[in-house]
Amino acid sequence: MNASYHLEEITHWYGERQVLSVAQLQIRSGEILALVGPSGAGKSTLLRLLNFLEWPTGGRLYFGDHLVTPALSLEQKRRVVGVFQRPGLLHRSVVANIGYGVQLRGRVPDPSLLQQWLDRLGLGPLAQQAAAKLSAGEGQRVALARALIIQPDVLLLDEPTANLDPYNVGLIEQIVREEQAQRKMTVVWVTHDLFQARRVAHRVALMVGGQIVEVGEREAFFNRPQSEVAAAFLRGELVYG
Amino acid sequence: METLIQATGEAIRLLFRFDAELRGILALTLQVTGGALFLAVLLGVPVGAWMGLRNRVPLAGCLLPLIYTGMGLPPVVVGLFVYLFLSNQGILGDLRWLFTPRAMILAQTIIALPLVIGLTLTAVQAVDPAVRLQVQSLGATRWQLTWAVLSEARQGMLAAIVAAFGSIISEVGAVMLVGGNIEGQTRVLTTAIVLETRKGNFALALALGIILLSLAFITNWALYRWQGVKR
Ligand SMILES: Nc1ncnc2c1ncn2[C@@H]1O[C@H](COP(=O)(O)OP(=O)(O)O)[C@@H](O)[C@H]1O
Ligand SMILES: [Mg+2]
Repeated sequence: MNASYHLEEITHWYGERQVLSVAQLQIRSGEILALVGPSGAGKSTLLRLLNFLEWPTGGRLYFGDHLVTPALSLEQKRRVVGVFQRPGLLHRSVVANIGYGVQLRGRVPDPSLLQQWLDRLGLGPLAQQAAAKLSAGEGQRVALARALIIQPDVLLLDEPTANLDPYNVGLIEQIVREEQAQRKMTVVWVTHDLFQARRVAHRVALMVGGQIVEVGEREAFFNRPQSEVAAAFLRGELVYG
Repeated sequence: METLIQATGEAIRLLFRFDAELRGILALTLQVTGGALFLAVLLGVPVGAWMGLRNRVPLAGCLLPLIYTGMGLPPVVVGLFVYLFLSNQGILGDLRWLFTPRAMILAQTIIALPLVIGLTLTAVQAVDPAVRLQVQSLGATRWQLTWAVLSEARQGMLAAIVAAFGSIISEVGAVMLVGGNIEGQTRVLTTAIVLETRKGNFALALALGIILLSLAFITNWALYRWQGVKR
């Protein structure tokens, strides 16, 4: 499977408003694609489509060889997991949260695997604590462990480090990169932090006003933007899309 | 003041004697309260949960105000309607339920139902949208999502049950109307308190009041403990 996702003439409307219009986009299997763009550009909406949480109003979205429709099988859906800006933890213990995705798949989480993830994210001492009492950084680490423990083929990240301190940002970036390198999973990482995009991404896509206006390899994207819009965005002149 | 002290002493003596009449009143109170609470929860929790889970409630514009009005319905008005329906001329008159515990359970269920629906609905809607999104993203089926949202709303749903219990056990007007406060048949704690107070039997009334309060306290304490364990 070469392309993880393939988008053709994708449009998305909320009532009378069109929020997406993506003529063409390939997301390669096993790459980290950073999705950047001004606030309101449609990045989160695109991620929800890639996560099969909503269905495009028009156009064709392919996941591997599968044309994505509401009839997409659960098995395919479960290859993709998202982590969002707010961790969305259940009112359960830390360890129960981490095992939750495994449990949804009808399996009992392996205790030694749980322990591995707890340790890896520095959550060991907090295992039995109520997730509601965690700090923002700890909560987001739990959310990441919960997503990665099920070994998804695709990880979708919607500004997961937006409100975090440098230590937590660094830890989350490190874990995602390690996992990605090891398992060759596909990562789409929405971020408003261009430095972060530069640190983590293989390729970068810029979204403005619901359209993908530029896609490029990381160095090319930052050093030699092709479009005037991209150049303006990199200069920090484009805040609202 | 003196009456109060005397009455308290007498009440304690009555409590220790715990005679057949007192036992009968207590048993009927438990039966009516338990029955109505069971029915209100059985019907109200699924309806409230279903409405809360839907993004758009059908007829929300008039259904929700209706439920909220129902949450503050004057019980005695409910009692009046139930009375009219169950009386000999009423459409349910053939059931011969008037002045029986069944009529009391029916009225109490109607009083508690909007409370259970409304508070369950609110509890389910209050579940963080980020949790719903995340659970879906983790690959939950529709049923798994429903179960996750309900289990996140469990504290609020428990509050709905507690509120319903409180409104049922303390209610007096409706059960008086449809039950008739018949000795040994439809007399419950609240109606007995009204009667004994009117007759000037303050000690007995007070003893009944103490039992009523204890009953409410024990039940709420048990529910609170149970919820504490679940957390
Ligand atoms: N559920 C929704 N209903 C209506 N409008 C929405 C909804 N979600 C997002 N939008 C609108 O779609 C546009 C794109 O939003 P979003 O995808 O969140 O942008 P971004 O993540 O790039 O900031 C915004 O104008 C937003 O107001
Ligand atoms: Mg967004």
